[in-house]
Formats: sequence, structure tokens, C-alpha cells
Amino acid sequence: MQPVLTDLIPALPEIFLAVAAMLLLMLGVFRGNGGARLVSGLAVVALVVTGVLLLRQDGYDVAFSGLYITDSFAVFSKLLILLGTGLSLIIAQNFIAREDMDRFEFPVLMVLATVGMMMMVSANDLLSLYVGLELQSLSLYVIASFRRDSAKSTEAGLKYFVLGALSSGMLLYGISLIYGFAGTTNFITIAQVLQAGPAPLGVIVGLVFVAAGLAFKISAVPFHMWTPDVYEGAPTPVSAFFAVAPKVAAICLFIRVLEGPFGSLLPQWRQVIEFCSVASMLVGSLAAIRQSNIKRLMAYSSIANIGYALVGVAAGTADGVQAVLIYMAIYLVMTVGTFAIIIAMRQKGKAVEEIADLAGLSKTNPMLALALAIFMFSMAGVPPAAGFFGKLLVFMAAWKAGLYPLSIIMALTSGISLFYYLKVCKVSWFDDVKEPLDRPSAGLSWVVTATALVVFPVALVIGTPVLNSAAAAAASLFH
Amino acid sequence: MADWPILSLTTFLPSIGALLILLVRGEEQAVARNAKVIALATSLITFLVSLAILMKFDPASAGFQLVEEHSWIPALGIQYLRGVDGISVWFVLASTFLTPICVLASWDSVEKRVKEFMMSLLLLETMLVGMFTALDFILFYIFFEGVLLPMFLMIGVWGGPGRIYAAYKFFIYTFIGSVLMLLAIVAMYLQVGTMDMRVMLDHTFDPSMQKILWLAFFAAFAVKTPMWPFHTWLPFAHVEAPTAGSVMLAGVMLKMGGYGLIRANLQMLPIGSATYTTLVFVMSVVAIIYTSLVALAQTDMKKMIAYSSVAHMGYVSMGIFSANAQGLDGAMFQMLSHTVVSAALFLCIGVVYNRLHTREIARYGGMAHNMPKYAVVFMLFMLASVGLPGTSGFVGEFLSMLGAYEANTWVGLFASTGLVFGAAYMLLLYRKLFYGKLEKADVMAMPDLNAKEIIYFAPLIAVVIMMGVYPKSFSAVYATSLDHVLAHHREALAAEGLTPPTANPASSFIPAANAETMSAHPATTETPGTEHAAEPSTPETPAEAPAQSEPKADANPDAGH
Repeated sequence: MQPVLTDLIPALPEIFLAVAAMLLLMLGVFRGNGGARLVSGLAVVALVVTGVLLLRQDGYDVAFSGLYITDSFAVFSKLLILLGTGLSLIIAQNFIAREDMDRFEFPVLMVLATVGMMMMVSANDLLSLYVGLELQSLSLYVIASFRRDSAKSTEAGLKYFVLGALSSGMLLYGISLIYGFAGTTNFITIAQVLQAGPAPLGVIVGLVFVAAGLAFKISAVPFHMWTPDVYEGAPTPVSAFFAVAPKVAAICLFIRVLEGPFGSLLPQWRQVIEFCSVASMLVGSLAAIRQSNIKRLMAYSSIANIGYALVGVAAGTADGVQAVLIYMAIYLVMTVGTFAIIIAMRQKGKAVEEIADLAGLSKTNPMLALALAIFMFSMAGVPPAAGFFGKLLVFMAAWKAGLYPLSIIMALTSGISLFYYLKVCKVSWFDDVKEPLDRPSAGLSWVVTATALVVFPVALVIGTPVLNSAAAAAASLFH
Repeated sequence: MADWPILSLTTFLPSIGALLILLVRGEEQAVARNAKVIALATSLITFLVSLAILMKFDPASAGFQLVEEHSWIPALGIQYLRGVDGISVWFVLASTFLTPICVLASWDSVEKRVKEFMMSLLLLETMLVGMFTALDFILFYIFFEGVLLPMFLMIGVWGGPGRIYAAYKFFIYTFIGSVLMLLAIVAMYLQVGTMDMRVMLDHTFDPSMQKILWLAFFAAFAVKTPMWPFHTWLPFAHVEAPTAGSVMLAGVMLKMGGYGLIRANLQMLPIGSATYTTLVFVMSVVAIIYTSLVALAQTDMKKMIAYSSVAHMGYVSMGIFSANAQGLDGAMFQMLSHTVVSAALFLCIGVVYNRLHTREIARYGGMAHNMPKYAVVFMLFMLASVGLPGTSGFVGEFLSMLGAYEANTWVGLFASTGLVFGAAYMLLLYRKLFYGKLEKADVMAMPDLNAKEIIYFAPLIAVVIMMGVYPKSFSAVYATSLDHVLAHHREALAAEGLTPPTANPASSFIPAANAETMSAHPATTETPGTEHAAEPSTPETPAEAPAQSEPKADANPDAGH
């Protein structure tokens, strides 16, 4: 029995979180719907404990006969995922109570999705990758349509489910091709096979299918169609969650698959990534200009941001990975902050989602307007906000890898995207008040203040340690 | 006291003031009052502290002084690195000098959201001082971009009716230019391995790479300067910005472009500069002639001054890239002079705008009768802008033209026509505003300058005349640094086998240029003819020409290439 026990230790954080999810489910069932608040709170505690367990992990370990891997890359990404889920749960608290979503399944499903995401980034085999991905996706489908009496939310869930199933199919097809031609599903063995000789065509075709399936999960163009509709239709805290945790998980998984087993096929997959990246940057920044709904705007903004992150992936170097990790960390913080402000957009108790509803925010609630401006300028990459440093790192990595056209397109599209970020600032700072927003709840204000402070100015101070741990994480992929 | 981080102090004192203003609470009236008092006190203290920079600065040394060096993000080669040399020190002073004046000028004219306005103004000062003293390229970039944020708010919140369009155009235009510069910075960093500008200044970049890098930097600084045809954001921004915004914009922000052109383009990329000299010359000459003509057709005073700024900055870019002692000296002097003169002209417009709330030239007329003090002040700055000897404007325009003449006769010739146009539109403006019959009742009812206005015009007048009659007091500070820049430039060109531009000892021209100008002094109510203002400089240019005609042919770097 000894080997099984040693296998359990690397997976301890996931196991703990899975058990916690089940216990929370039981607690919810026995307490009834009145216990939703308690379950939510305990879920946050469970996430924090998982984070502490993760921090205790160090070094490289492969478990479950090579299905599962832990390294500093996995730890870094998992911490980001936990942070994203935890913050999303906190900002959801007030919303779910007011919008009649006060059911205990909500936090439980989010925790289960998180377990799936953590498995994804620790996958060392195409099979464990798929299992993790499906655990995440199935939970997300349900969460997207959580407000089941709302037609929009149901539509969002259904759309997400149908397209998600399609992408899973493509992924599985790709996996089967790779297995057929490489003879294995294990990442380490695949890498050995590919290094030993020329890559069989079937593996390359399979890789393209896998990349397409994963591109769907990170909503890179041309697999992005679901994003604006799902963001708009899903309840706002759910959109916030979708915009951060699954994105981080999927892009980290993307990196692990591409840089790990298929590292030697860099020239082949770089073309795919470059195409997705350029298309995402262009579509994300151009389509966002006409949006009037702030959730749709954020959806296109997230598409553009994924495009920027993919520039770092395309670099295919440790610098590129480090840049993407930092980029996603900053993206996560500012996106949660922005969504917290969107959740706070209520007029006379009713949630509003139009950008025009922010008019005159700087007069009615200057602090909220200031935080919003910080997030917007950070997303646009205007220094001294943190978003600038994320873009700078990606620039550097891409330039070093010789991706000059990609870096120039990135520079120009960030100039275009500035336009719509400025629009949000313009409405909240320059326009006159039409209908003031209600005062946000304490929890929301707390999250907004904390994330805004992190984006500027705390990021200027904590830059070095975060950079170093991201560098260590990136190095662990390229040992 | 000797080891105080005096540059950081100058940079962040205004931010501390802004934070203090943020904490002000209470009734709206009281808040506005306290915010103004705090802003004025902070900006005055900052100015005093910045005077200490000037006192500690040693003009005899060409290197960077008062250097502050701290580790910041070592993984990216980014440091907290500050310092000044002769080129940047005046711009620091210009920023700290103009900010208290702007606070005073906005004292009564800004009525809504005073607290936020004063905060923006102080933050702008922080960004400007930070940008001129940054020696780490990322730090430089952060401040360079950071300037946009307070200015965006100032135009957008306190601007005129077209403020939204102007704010957008201003921000996006300059941002796209700057992003290209960021790419160039990254490319240079990957060559050198550090963001330290001092290292980059000494490093010789590959000539073919220089040509690309030069264009990227030029994109950023040409938009900021602004050079024709990238100037289109400026008139909009000026027209819509509140007076203080225009003053800071014309006074200091445009100089960011000129400073960048010297620091990055000329100093770091000499081969690139030599390659594109013709391009810059063409752009500068078109700017000087074309925007002067456009200014002539304006009916809005602010727009007219805005276009005149583009023309004046054309002399600057022309002087910088003539890459000889006179040209560079002239460009520096022109920038400093333009700082004071354009700031003062926008303040002058602010004076009547506050009284009548229109900038239409046709709405005024005959103000010399009821506002004599104002007429005198306006005339002085108008003549300085035209380049009357004895004012600051003359020295800069004359020297930069001389430099251009040496580098390329045609450029010098065309540029000198700009002087005539400049005199034409400024004098026309003056005639329309101040002469003629005082007919309009509301114009008649306007009171003359009040005490506060006199207080903030007085130092500007003093500086303009000081710069005109004793330019050496200003140019001595940057002479050594410019010599160093030129020596370095010639060496770099010689190493590549390019003929360096003519070698003349730097700054020897200032006393000569000034000698015959001492007597001329602006009269108060007399109408100076167009010739009167342009005369002293135009005949001199050909007079110098024969002496310089010999090296002229080789001076054009393209010919030697």
C-alpha cells in the first residue's frame, strides 16, 4: 500500500478541496437553502486552506503512474486559480442574495470546478487532462445557467454547453490521433517519441485538434463566439468567475501541453498560436468599440487579453511562460476588480449593465470611479498601472524570440483597445449624473479597494518577488 | 542636508500635496479654498526645492549629476535611477516654475470640482519632473505616459464644449506614438542588457538597427513635439483645455518631445539622425511655413497660438537635427523661450476669456483703451513670440536658423520666411484685439488686470527680458552638456565614415547675437511695423552665410553618405 500513499501526497490540496466540496454539499443539504451564506463562507475558508497546503509543496513530483505532476509551475497557476475563485465567491455573496440565487449549490459547484482546474494544470497525461477539463466544464455549464428562471441565463448555459461539447469532441479526436500515432498518452513519453525522430503527420494533426479544443476554453478567436453571449447572459458574478479562473487554468494547461510534450514541434504549433493571437487581438479590440453593455465589453476585452497572453505563449521560451504567468496574474486581479464594480452597478436596487449607467460616477462615488479608472488604464497598458508591466514582459519575451510582427501588432492593437477603455473612463468621469448608483456593499468595496491597490501602487513594490516566483515556475517547465 | 535625494523630493512633493488635498473634507466652499491653498503652498515649496537643484548643479560638468540609484526590478534590468544634466535641468525648473503660476491662474477661473483640478495639476507636475529626471528608460516611459492621465482629466473634465473629442484625440494619438517607442526601448534593452540610459548613451548600436529604432522614437516624440503632420491633436487639445491645462501643455509638455529628440534620437542614435536629417528638415520647414499660414487664418485666439506653437517647435526640431553648435544651442534656447512665452500668451488669453467667455477674436477690439496694463503685457509676449531682439524669442530663433543655414542653405532660407509670417499673424492678432474703436459694451466693461494677474505675469515678464538681454545666464548651464553631445555625435559619425557637420565651438554665438539687440525694447502703445520685428534677424542670416559657405556642402550628411 506504500506506493499509493506516496501518490496521495502530491495531490493533497486537490483531495482536500474535493472532500471539502462534498462536505459542503452535505452541509447544504442538511441545512437547507438557509445555509447558502454559511456554505459560501466555508468554501472561501476551504480555498484558503488549499492555498496553504499548496504553498507547502515544493519541488518536482510525478504521481499516479505518471498521470499527475506537481512542479512550481503547477503551484503558481493553482494559486492564481484559487485566488480567482476565492475573490469571485466573495463578490458573489451580496449578488446571489439579492438576485434570488441564494442556493448552496452555487459555491459547491464553483469549488468543484476549481478542483477540475487544479487537475488540469497538474495533468501529465492526455487522459488526466481530459478528466480535469470535463470536471471543470460540467460544473461551469451548470453555473452559467444557474438562474434557471431567466431565459438569458439558460440560453447562456445551453450555448456554452453545446459549443463546449463540440470542443471537447475535437479535443478527444485530437487525443485519439496523437495516441494512435505516438502510441502513448503520457506527456513525458510523447516528448521522448517526438525527440527521437521526425514527428508523424498524425501527431501534428492531432495537436492542431487539441489546440483548437483548448483555444475554445480560453476563447481565442476563431473559437470565441460563445464568450460575449455567455458573459452577458450569465449572472454577473458567474461572468466574473468565467473571466478569471477557467481562463488562467486553460492557458496554463495550454502552456503545459505545448511546451512539455510538444516542445520540439514549436515551429509547427507556433503558426497556429500566432494566428489565434493576431485574430484575438484584432477581433477583441475592434469588436469591443461598438459595445454598450459593459459585460459584453469585458468579454471582448478578455478576448483581446488572451490574444496578448498568446503572444507570450508563441515565444515558446521560459521568458515567454514567465511573461504569460505574470500577465495572467495581473489580468486576474484587474478583471475581478472590474467585475466587482459591475456587480456594484445597481440603481434603486436593480442591477444595470449599460456603460451609460456609469455616467457621473466620479461625482456620486469618487472612490469607485477612481478604482474603475485604475482598472481601465491598467487593462489598456498605461503605466504606472500593473497592466503595463504585464504587457512589457510579453513584449520583451516576444522581441527576444524574434516575433517582431507579432509585437508590433500587439502594440498597435493596444492603442486601439485604449479607445474603449477610455470610453468607460469618459462616461464615469466626464458625463453628468443621470441616475446615481446605490452604495456598494462592504464586501464589494473591500474587494474593489484591495484589487485597485494591488494594480496600483502595490504592484510596483511587490514586483520583484512575484517575478522571481513566476520565473521559477517557468523554469520548472524547461528543466 | 547635502545628501538629500533632492530630485525625488522635487518629484514627489507635489504628489504628497495631492494626497493632502484628497484628505480635505468638509463644505464644498471650504474644501475648494483649502485645496487651492494647499496646491499653491506645495507648488511654491517644490519650486524652492527645485532651485536647490540649480544651485547644486555644476554647469562645468557634462555628466549626470545628483544621481539617485536604487535597485527596483532587477529581473528586468529596471532601476530607480534619477539624475540631471545640463539639458534636463532647465526643464525641471520650467515645470516647477509654471505650476504655481497655473494654480494662481486657475484660482478663480476653475469653479467646479476644484479639489480634483488641483490634484491633477500637482500630479502633472510630478510626472513632468519625473520624466525629465529619469535615467532609467522604463522609469522614463512610465512618467512619459503618466503625463497623459492628469492631462486627459484636465481636458475632459474642465475643458470646453468639444472636450471629449479633444481628450480622446490627445490621448490616443500620443499613446500610439509612445507604444512604438516602448518597442524600441525593449529592442535596445535586449542589446545592452540594462535599462540604464547612461549605458545606452555610451553604447553604439548597429547602424541598420539605429535606422529602425530612430523611427520608432521619432514617432513618439514627433507626436509630442508636435511636428507637422502629427500636430493635428494640438489645436483641439489647446482650444478645449482650461487655461492652466494649455499653459502646462504648451509650456512643458511639448518640450518632452524636444527633450526626447535630443536625448534619444540625437544622442543615442547618431547614425539614424544623420540618415533622416533631410526628413526632419522638410517636416520642420513645412511646419514653420504651413502652420504659420494656418495660424493666419484662425478666428479663435487659442487655436492661433496653438498653431504658432507648432511653427515654433519647427525651429526646435530643425535646430536639433542640424547637429551643430549653433543649431542645438538655438533649439535649447528656443524651447526655453517658448516655455515662457507660450505659457504667458495662453495666460493672456485666459485673462480675457475669464471676463468674456469667448475666444473669438472678432468679439474683442479696442482693448488698449480700457485695459492698458493688459495691452502692455500682451504686447511684450507677442513681440517675444515674434522674435523681437531683446526678448527671449529672438535668441532661439536666430541661433537655430543659423544652425540650419550651416547644415543646409535652403532650409535656412525657407525657415527664415517663417519669421515674417510669424510677425504677420501675431501683429494682426494684436491689432484686432487692442486697436480700433472700443465699441462693444461688454468689452468696454472689462476691468484691467487685477493684482493676482499682475503677480503671475511679473515673473514671466522678468524671465522673458532676462533671457533676451542676458541669454548667457541660461545657456551657460547647458553649454557643457551640449558640447559633449556634439563631440559624441561627431565621433559616432566619424567612426561610420560619415562626414560630421561643421565643427564650431559651442555657445560662442550668444554674445555676438545679442550685441546689437540691447537697444531694442518694446514700446508700449506704438504700432511696430512688420519689418520692425523681423528686420534685425533677416539681414544677419545672409551676413553669416559667406563665412559658413565652405563647410556647407559637406554639412549635409546625406551628401557624404
